[in-house]
Amino acid sequence: MEGTSPRILVIIPAYQERRSIGGVVRSLRQRYPYDVLVVNDGSTDRTSESAREAGATLLDLPCNLGIGGAVQTGFLYARDRGYDVVVRIDGDGQHEVEDIPIVLEPILAGRADAVIGSRFLGETGYRGSIPRIFGIRYFRLLVNMTTRYRVTDPTSGFFAINRRLVAFYSDHYPSDYPEVDAYILMHRFRARTVEVPVRMYGRAEGKSSITAFRAVYYMVKVTLSYLINCIRRFG
Amino acid sequence: MNRVTYFSICASAGFLLYILEMVRRRKLREEYSILWLAGSVVILVLSLKQGWLVRLAHAVGIAYPPSFLFLVGILFILLILIHFSIAISKLHQMNKRMAQEIALMKGDAPHRKDEQIDGTAS
Repeated sequence: MEGTSPRILVIIPAYQERRSIGGVVRSLRQRYPYDVLVVNDGSTDRTSESAREAGATLLDLPCNLGIGGAVQTGFLYARDRGYDVVVRIDGDGQHEVEDIPIVLEPILAGRADAVIGSRFLGETGYRGSIPRIFGIRYFRLLVNMTTRYRVTDPTSGFFAINRRLVAFYSDHYPSDYPEVDAYILMHRFRARTVEVPVRMYGRAEGKSSITAFRAVYYMVKVTLSYLINCIRRFG
Repeated sequence: MNRVTYFSICASAGFLLYILEMVRRRKLREEYSILWLAGSVVILVLSLKQGWLVRLAHAVGIAYPPSFLFLVGILFILLILIHFSIAISKLHQMNKRMAQEIALMKGDAPHRKDEQIDGTAS
């Protein structure tokens, strides 16, 4: 990447993560020289303060936009500041910070535009609830049937993308539940996407943004917007 | 003329005047009044011109002509609701982009909020 070392930004969307966000930011800053950006999606707890005290750059959204809107704010920041690579991880400690180099490697080597961390590749030993596993299998089928990609973990929020995809996502990124949709966006963008094995854990603090009641809505909404994205024009 | 005709003339004329007044007072923007105005004009004209109403009703197979007025009314309401859904979606998109821009702009002055918090904490 132009001879000099690439500029890397880690984006962490955070909504009501005050207990866990500080630890995630600190462990990132201890291990890596990368800039860390926390996008606070309108939290009413002390998420902002925790993130800032831990040394992250912070963007405070004035209202809750949903996870995709928050992540997209990070993409806009990265695009405007000219970052070469963006890594996106969760602020609740579910994603293993130590695995970031694995996710970065194919992009830094120029072999991929997007690298998705999968909890199902390799011996990661992930155990999810039955509805969650069912949902993942359903989306896996959807993505594998409609794109050139063969994925194992279509709902993974642990990924890295290069600046071309950052620029594309800055204009086209779904507001909520964006990860499955992102596959059709990547497919349409003709991105080179690979999966790599990463470790993921159960949530340490807080609760998942997807409760049982919303699961059905989630599946219907994602399927609809996914199928619409198949036939949409991207300017 | 029958009672339903009188009623639809009065209702659509009153409605038309109400919409025009709202636009005049700037409580309703012109672009959102067009479908309301068009709907009430069509119903008013069909209420006044009984011959047209009867012919149109028979053309689409409706035996009782005033029913055709209800049909026209419902179709306009559907159009207006779709128009609203589109307008809301546009506002949603604009609102999201504005929130993002605000966050990005505030991000350039990160210490302001710190100072406020330090002030209250100490």
